[in-house]
Amino acid sequence: MYDVIIIGAGPAGISAGLYTIRANLKVLILYKDQSALEKTDRIENYYGFEKGISGQDLYEAGIKQAKNLGVEVKKEEVTNIQFGENNQYTVMTENQNYNTKTVIFATGNKKNIPKIKGIKEFEGKGISYCAVCDGFFYKNKDIAVLGNGRYAISETNALIHIANHITILTDGEKPPEIRAENVDIDTRKIREIKGDKKIEEIEFEDSTKMKTDGLFVALGVAGSNEFAKKLGILTQKDRIVVNENMETNIPGIYACGDCTGGLLQVSKAVYEGAKAGLQAIRYLRK
Amino acid sequence: MSVLKFDEGNFEEEVLKEKGKVLVDFYADWCGPCRMMSPIIDEIAEEMGESVKVGKINVDNNQELAIKYDVMSIPTIMVFENGNPIKTFIGVTDKNEVLEVLK
Repeated sequence: MYDVIIIGAGPAGISAGLYTIRANLKVLILYKDQSALEKTDRIENYYGFEKGISGQDLYEAGIKQAKNLGVEVKKEEVTNIQFGENNQYTVMTENQNYNTKTVIFATGNKKNIPKIKGIKEFEGKGISYCAVCDGFFYKNKDIAVLGNGRYAISETNALIHIANHITILTDGEKPPEIRAENVDIDTRKIREIKGDKKIEEIEFEDSTKMKTDGLFVALGVAGSNEFAKKLGILTQKDRIVVNENMETNIPGIYACGDCTGGLLQVSKAVYEGAKAGLQAIRYLRK
Repeated sequence: MSVLKFDEGNFEEEVLKEKGKVLVDFYADWCGPCRMMSPIIDEIAEEMGESVKVGKINVDNNQELAIKYDVMSIPTIMVFENGNPIKTFIGVTDKNEVLEVLK
């Protein structure tokens, strides 16, 4: 059982890790995707580096610093988070489940909403971002999952015993490895999602079509938005809504850094990570 | 006003025949996000007092209603007026966004 699991190893996640580990808590940081910081060529507006510093160097130094203080840092992709007993949470990665008392999201501001015509229009009308929440409505139906990574497989697995048939649509990307009787893979590129009141068919770039009752979007690595939908965290314009203490609407769940919107700056991420960490400490000591 | 329980048996009387606005929360017990929406619905009911009827529909027990109103994701919050749905919110929604439609 962890006290704190932080998702994301950029400046917000690491900062939250530094504060919580120094309070003698059991802390785990899970990360998978590249941090925006890692991709930044040079940081010249952050305190204390007279000649500036490369984003990559600052990012790697942060992870080392957290490890040196005793934070467990693991490169594992989080595919699901569920409510457990007694206000605890289970964070699931490809191979492992971790139980924790608090979760801090520091997942950055990457959005996994594909630019496909019709995708916004049919949200909640056959397009879903959460298999465990909405699978119920697709009992014995023919549905599709959009994506090709571990997260797409995880969502497909949650639907396998509910739906009649699932087609994994990779939208031109390479097919994932999955074997199940009622699952097919289709790599055609998608042009448009069509329907009247709700989704009815998917049209591909080659003008061929496929009928479907629903489409579950599970692109790339799941981020704050996907987990927000699964848990019921309030979002506004795809950003997690937090108060001044980085608390979400769910007790024990915090968010910090780019996923809360505002300035996309290291200084803001570091501040919010500290604040989220301190608030988690206060919550755990109650 | 306290939050009511709507079902296939009382839906016509409680929602469709109601002249004013009615807030309907489609939910299920197993749905995590619905549990997060629940206290928000309670607050809305309290704030709106007698002016708006607020109720919940368990989709497990009332699948026909869910199908009739094309509910394919929960929580779904629907506002009815004179028996017709005038606004739908899908997913956990900010209290003030819902209140704006009710006022």
